[in-house]
Amino acid sequence: MSVNGRHEEHEVEPRTLLVSFVREACGLTGTKVGCDTSSCGACTVLVGGESVKSCTMLAAQADGASVTTIEGLAGTDGSLHPIQAAFQENHGLQCGFCTAGMVMASVSLIEEHPDLSERDVREGLEGNLCRCTGYHNIVKSVLAAAATQKGKS
Amino acid sequence: MIPAAFEFVRAGSADEALSLITEHGDEAKFIAGGMSLIPLMKLRLATPTVVVDVGRLRDLSYVRVDGDTVAIGALTRHRDLETDATLAESCGVLQAVAAQVGDNQVRHRGTIGGSVAHGDPASDLPAALLALDADFVVRGPGGRRTIPSGQFFRGFLETALAPDELLEEIRVPVTGRNGFSYQKFNRRAQDWAIVGALAVTAHGSTRVGLVNMGSTPLRATAVEAALAGGASAADAAQQADAGTEPSSDLNASVEYRRHLARVLTRRALEATA
Repeated sequence: MSVNGRHEEHEVEPRTLLVSFVREACGLTGTKVGCDTSSCGACTVLVGGESVKSCTMLAAQADGASVTTIEGLAGTDGSLHPIQAAFQENHGLQCGFCTAGMVMASVSLIEEHPDLSERDVREGLEGNLCRCTGYHNIVKSVLAAAATQKGKS
Repeated sequence: MIPAAFEFVRAGSADEALSLITEHGDEAKFIAGGMSLIPLMKLRLATPTVVVDVGRLRDLSYVRVDGDTVAIGALTRHRDLETDATLAESCGVLQAVAAQVGDNQVRHRGTIGGSVAHGDPASDLPAALLALDADFVVRGPGGRRTIPSGQFFRGFLETALAPDELLEEIRVPVTGRNGFSYQKFNRRAQDWAIVGALAVTAHGSTRVGLVNMGSTPLRATAVEAALAGGASAADAAQQADAGTEPSSDLNASVEYRRHLARVLTRRALEATA
């Protein structure tokens, strides 16, 4: 499969979950394993541009697909993706464990809803849990990023 | 959590899927999105030795209106239902219910056929399809057959689908854009319904589906009969829990579930009227 634009070919057991493939076979540990039961969303990555919970997808199901993880967002010069920048500016994280998943879910959400309302963000991120922030600054970050991206397009 | 070891084979067509499942027998399972099966496999509640991936059979992903029937391919994802303009126009209730399943990530992977074949009484779509009197077109080694939704859900995660049969299509009547209400009650976003009640009015009658009120998705037949007999929404809804055997768990006691069924059914009926 392609992971962040890089061809990744590894022989793995059929039962290997996508999150293990990404973290262990590809060595990309930005994607976190949180609840491991598809509730918390910390393991969210994009498959074909759409957010999925990589703890509940087999690597084999993503065979040949284009996968994007948090490592694939920033520019090659290290410049942050607008959503990453917005999380930084709006203090959209505290401990950071949920952040990779929140950012990836937000990329997909903004892609699907260019005109996001606060309610859309709250509902759209229902599959991502944060135990620190109380969500307010996360919602603020996503709204700010959506506005920036809209301004650019 | 890691599933028990299994062999993974990908089907390139429905024909191939059927021959693979026949070849491997009872120990094999189809996987579509995997939103129900993978969690069960991780908990080792399901331990198939062969997993046949039908997730890429894109020719089974469609919404088509044919006269007064809407035909939906079994591998249509919840996200596709949620965003399908044809479905919104022809059977708005299914579009709205699909949009309530899980969360965005789950809707990007989960399919309507997977949800039906899994047969979870706490899932949103099976109860909606039951209320719509859907038909399920399944294909096995002996050819195709159509199973009415009323005969499909047999017990907890048990359906009339034989192990070597593949669900291909879901057929529902055209009910229009409006005339329904789905009242899903849960404490946390993205959770399954503690109880859900769905009312849909079409072609002169009102049908009511219940989520998580027993070991299978249910129709509130007593409510439907009362409404047909001229009862008010409030009176009819009093019978929403009649004949149900809900379970008690950490979210709700049996009595609380019965209470919710009555209240949610009343709200659904009032919103539909």
